[in-house]
Amino acid sequence: MEIPKSFLGYKRENGRAGTRNHVIILPVDDISNACAEAVANNIKGTIALPHSYGRLQFGADLELHFRTMIGTGCNPNVAAVIVIGIEPKWTKKIVDGIAKTGKPVEGFHIERTGDIGTTMKASKKAQEFVMWASEKQREECPLSDLWISVKCGESDTTSGLAANPTVGNLMDKLEPLGVHLCFGETSELTGAEQVCATRGATKEASEKFMKTWSSYNDFILKEATDDLSESQPTAGNIAGGLTTIEEKAFGNFQKIGNCKFIDVLEPAEEPTKGKGLYFMDTSSAAAECVTLQAAAGFNIHLFPTGQGNIVGNPIEPVVKLTANPLTVKGMGEHIDCDVSKILSREMNLSEAGDELIKTTLKVANGRLTCAEALGHKEFVMTKLYRSA
Amino acid sequence: MRLIYKFLRISNKQIDTMATDIIIHDKKDNVGVVVIEKITPKQDCACWIMEDDSSTNIQSVDEIPLGHKIAMVDLKEGDTILKYGHDIGKVVKSIKKGEHVHVHNVKTKKW
Repeated sequence: MEIPKSFLGYKRENGRAGTRNHVIILPVDDISNACAEAVANNIKGTIALPHSYGRLQFGADLELHFRTMIGTGCNPNVAAVIVIGIEPKWTKKIVDGIAKTGKPVEGFHIERTGDIGTTMKASKKAQEFVMWASEKQREECPLSDLWISVKCGESDTTSGLAANPTVGNLMDKLEPLGVHLCFGETSELTGAEQVCATRGATKEASEKFMKTWSSYNDFILKEATDDLSESQPTAGNIAGGLTTIEEKAFGNFQKIGNCKFIDVLEPAEEPTKGKGLYFMDTSSAAAECVTLQAAAGFNIHLFPTGQGNIVGNPIEPVVKLTANPLTVKGMGEHIDCDVSKILSREMNLSEAGDELIKTTLKVANGRLTCAEALGHKEFVMTKLYRSA
Repeated sequence: MRLIYKFLRISNKQIDTMATDIIIHDKKDNVGVVVIEKITPKQDCACWIMEDDSSTNIQSVDEIPLGHKIAMVDLKEGDTILKYGHDIGKVVKSIKKGEHVHVHNVKTKKW
């Protein structure tokens, strides 16, 4: 198949391109959710991103909070941002971080004004932003403007046999065309970590990966009270035939095809070494991982599933694929790309990879994903430890 | 990964239309994955080995659903399960060729 050289995206002030044109209402903290949701309810075409944290965090955990907030606002799928927090200082810090992209952003704090007054002020600005954004047109953008993140979920053995290798086939075909790629799920490479480390493009990348994996594994061993059965693998994984974390890890690892990773990113860290594949240190929980990848600037996500994970994200479209025919039959409304014919050997891996490229480009050009049509907007912050 | 190269090369060949009941990733593997809705006891199953595009057969002992594993050889307690050509855990209860391999007889070595 000849791969198209471009897609239709929204060009942003900083040179990036978006596959979506969202105006988001971003609460800095949990107690500002109500106000953010009130604004999004007032002004049609905006979306609020409620979440559970943002108060009394400190150290690396607070840094991650800011990185996720600012990164989400900076994502090229976002045209403009309203930031609402309880206090002015942290609100301003997030506004200033997003403003560096050149996109419209304005912050509001609730203290001394209250929810109703803040909702009114923020709604007026949100209306201005959304009407401005609605004039934006999709333009032809080079394929290299795609930043593709991947993460699998509710995996089963069909994931490792077919759906994950299909993503790997797409990576092998798109990596030479200059796209950015990202995989994560540190804990879910356990058992395959040594093999994964050999896929670092440099000695530094390999060493950084092993250090990151070891640190995550030490944390799990410290907190574990059993063999993690039903947590990792999940009960769904086990129902689908996956027996151990090692088996899950080798299946997971198929997603990167033959690519080598050029760097290891902190959670929500924006890649800075140019095109190519990156590994990001993330949890293996779907919504947490996708939220971090979106905050790092990835503008389209590929999500292979076995038993049928249904996750979506408010700003980064999540494309689902599965090779499990029972999942296609039972919950087809969640599946954007059906590659189950690989198992019956009526479709080969390269054909499946081509199908996934076609679906990915349709979605990049604006076709809604199943998760978008069904209203999945899971925005889940990663919290490293308890607040002070 | 070597395995993927091989899988790609093989998959690009003209597709063999013979029905496959079980897929085995690597020649070294001692388990296969059921890829039809289920296999029933004493079923003669056609197996496809992805690594070298070869075929083999096995008779099942247990009923095994889609996605679950079957033992391709007799396995005793302490043996290592190989899938993708790699160690994916240890046998904790002996398993006969053709039996269902899962959490009741295999555990992780990691956690």
